[in-house]
Amino acid sequence: MEANRLKFQLVKTNTPPWWMRSLIPVLVLLITFLITSGLILISQVNPFQAYYYFLVSPLSSQVSFLEVLVKATPLMLAGVAISFAFSAGYYNIGAEGQLYAGAIAAAWLGIVLVGVPSIIAIPLMLIGGFLAGMLWALLPALLKVRLAVDEVVTTLLLNSVMAYIVSALLNGPWRDPHSGWPQSPEIADSTIFFKLIPRSRLHLGFLIALIAVFVLWFVLTRTSFGLKMRAVGLGKPAAQFAGIHVGRTTLIAALISGGIAGIAGVSEVAGIQYHLIGDLSAHYGYTGVIIATLGGLNAIGVMVASLFFGLIDTGAQTVSRALGVPVYLGEVTQAVMLLVALGMYLLQRYRIVRRA
Amino acid sequence: MFIVDMQSICKRFGDLIANDHVSFQLQKGEIHALLGENGAGKTTLMRILYGLYHPDSGVIKINEQPVSIHSPKDAIRLGIGMVTQHFALVPPLTVAENIVLGYDNPFVLKQSQIDADVREASKRFGMEIDPKEIVRHLSVGQRQRVEILKALYRNARVLILDEPTAVLIPQEVETLFETLNRLKAEGLSVIFISHKLHEVTQITDRVTVLRDGKAIGTVNTADITQQELAAMMVGRESFGVTRQVSADTPKHAVFELVNLCANDDKKIPALKNISLTIHQGEILGIAGVGGNGQKELAETVCGVRPVTGGKMLVAGQDVTGKSPTDLNRVGVGRVPEDRHEGMVIHLTVTENLVLEHLAEFTNRGTIDHKAVRTYAEGLIEKYQIKAKPNDITRTLSGGNMQKVLLARVLSREPKVIIVPQPTRGLDVGATDYVRQQLLEQRQRGAAIMLISEDLDEILALSDRIAVMYEGEIVGVLPAAEATPERLGLLMSGAVKEN
Repeated sequence: MEANRLKFQLVKTNTPPWWMRSLIPVLVLLITFLITSGLILISQVNPFQAYYYFLVSPLSSQVSFLEVLVKATPLMLAGVAISFAFSAGYYNIGAEGQLYAGAIAAAWLGIVLVGVPSIIAIPLMLIGGFLAGMLWALLPALLKVRLAVDEVVTTLLLNSVMAYIVSALLNGPWRDPHSGWPQSPEIADSTIFFKLIPRSRLHLGFLIALIAVFVLWFVLTRTSFGLKMRAVGLGKPAAQFAGIHVGRTTLIAALISGGIAGIAGVSEVAGIQYHLIGDLSAHYGYTGVIIATLGGLNAIGVMVASLFFGLIDTGAQTVSRALGVPVYLGEVTQAVMLLVALGMYLLQRYRIVRRA
Repeated sequence: MFIVDMQSICKRFGDLIANDHVSFQLQKGEIHALLGENGAGKTTLMRILYGLYHPDSGVIKINEQPVSIHSPKDAIRLGIGMVTQHFALVPPLTVAENIVLGYDNPFVLKQSQIDADVREASKRFGMEIDPKEIVRHLSVGQRQRVEILKALYRNARVLILDEPTAVLIPQEVETLFETLNRLKAEGLSVIFISHKLHEVTQITDRVTVLRDGKAIGTVNTADITQQELAAMMVGRESFGVTRQVSADTPKHAVFELVNLCANDDKKIPALKNISLTIHQGEILGIAGVGGNGQKELAETVCGVRPVTGGKMLVAGQDVTGKSPTDLNRVGVGRVPEDRHEGMVIHLTVTENLVLEHLAEFTNRGTIDHKAVRTYAEGLIEKYQIKAKPNDITRTLSGGNMQKVLLARVLSREPKVIIVPQPTRGLDVGATDYVRQQLLEQRQRGAAIMLISEDLDEILALSDRIAVMYEGEIVGVLPAAEATPERLGLLMSGAVKEN
């Protein structure tokens, strides 16, 4: 027992001191930027200058501020989607694939619904995207509930399957007849999301993302289904003992999760790209996992985390343009932040005590 | 001289004293039983000897030499081998490979030499086994032999067997006993951990009895009867609550089990034709050493384990295979056995209090938070739960957690109450509170099934006592006729009374 010989030990505590809880987000930011500044220094750039472009300059003009919201839109939807599943203890890592399922539906409906007025076409697209995401989430959910097959593996692997389906579609039937590019034909004008602010990129999808956040909050805190979901997620045997249908609850949570991820795909097709492309999602489905975790599976937390990640994404482009630091700095920062945050949350459950 | 001499060993786990100044001496060439109920401290003592735990105080001598055993490696070097209930074998490897695994081997293994050694040893001790056989294809009894061979291959002179017969069928038990006698004849010493009296009297030379972490005494097996051993093992203490003996007016049956059967998690029958009747205003205590099907019984009657045969009746109504929600509706109050698993401990006290009856507080899918709050505050006050409604349940003490569970169930005035191990891990005050509540429910007319491994609790509360042994009810006694001796004999499977 090597640990016994150390002078200090970690003691588990149920009640972290209040100052610790409020200090944690600040510490997470500080440590993250300390670690990433090492990478910035390697690029031979002054870290403070880089941070200015990274975090402050995107907020200084209206155009770039709106761009933060645009970037946050798919992240928020993915974060909400993941939070639904994770709350019920269903670890859906397949939001990426479910997002593309929604995107395929949107691209298809966008072609089919030519001439249908927006007021009908857009809701139909949303419903179609939700159903498509749900359908793609159905198989792993059933395997989990019926046969106890680990959903982390199945949902993750189905992402690759979906990537090939998208690729097959874009290189086969949907290849653009005019340009020959692997992209689907452009969707009808009536199915394009209208802009929330004229002459900007901010579209209806952001409003839908906010509604999704509200729905997450309402379901988790105000409905009996939400309580059942959380009970299943936090203590399956106890939930079963109390008479909650664990399988059914898990299945519904998984399907809602897939559906909302599908809507993220619709939002990107109808709000930004106007056709399906292979690079539609910049790993939004995976980043959603980070956002849901950082946000503590809580609606407000998810909203804040996705806005912050939107800022980092925008800032990474700004800093890259201004100082020549690679754009990947944004992704690295997000990943480091998750690791630091997980470490800190683990630490707050312990106190450091000197051995007697 | 003693080959193993443990003197005044103490070991605490938090507040629990697992070994309280226990002394234990093992002679060369004897089979020595460590007898006691679950939680008496037998396994803890042996884990200390095998280096898995470190004693808080006390001295261990091997061959008269004081030693300190820091790990199983040290123990093996001192010639001590242990076979636990959970075998440490690698299923895809062969018998021979498992036996040499982890031992100081030369870099290049001489497979034929190992096979020959193993074959020779297995023949000498009467444990026929093919060294080339894949462990996955072996029966449980054969795997146990591999574990014993493994210890012998490491030159063990002292063999600790932790409840070795628990996993065996009767024929395999006979083979095991033959092996043990051969080991004894070769001059090895065997420590045989058990709570089964007939096995202890059949195979051992001496017995050391443990109870509540203390050594009660060591006796020669030949000089003592099973009754006397049972009394030593079970003991008796005084209680904080008293049960009024009810007048002998005939009352009607409220809860009936008819030939109830169920399987355990490995799909092996755990309940074998359980038939019990509990009347209005009666506490039926179910006694037994842990692991004899009590957990499965509680789960089955609580509706969370499938019934494979038989019937369950509440006031004459068939409720076999009903869901927890349906059981709540017909008036079965179910207290879960494990407080940490029976409640979602990361949710708030309020949420746990309403979890079973969510439908009552829900209007078109939305929870009426005001009604929930009022309800929870009422229960917290009535059952003196020391917590605020929005406290996370995990932060409560064991006693308060149990109060939350009791409040959830008892406030519904159920006709039938199932309470498995209601006071396990509670302090004296909380224990008395829980027992008092159960007696009040009995007074109210509830039919109570009290499943407990604490015999004192059973004796203090029950009107009648049923004893469970290996998934069967081996006897039902009125409280007045239940002496510790008689219960001890039933609990250890030595006799059946029905």
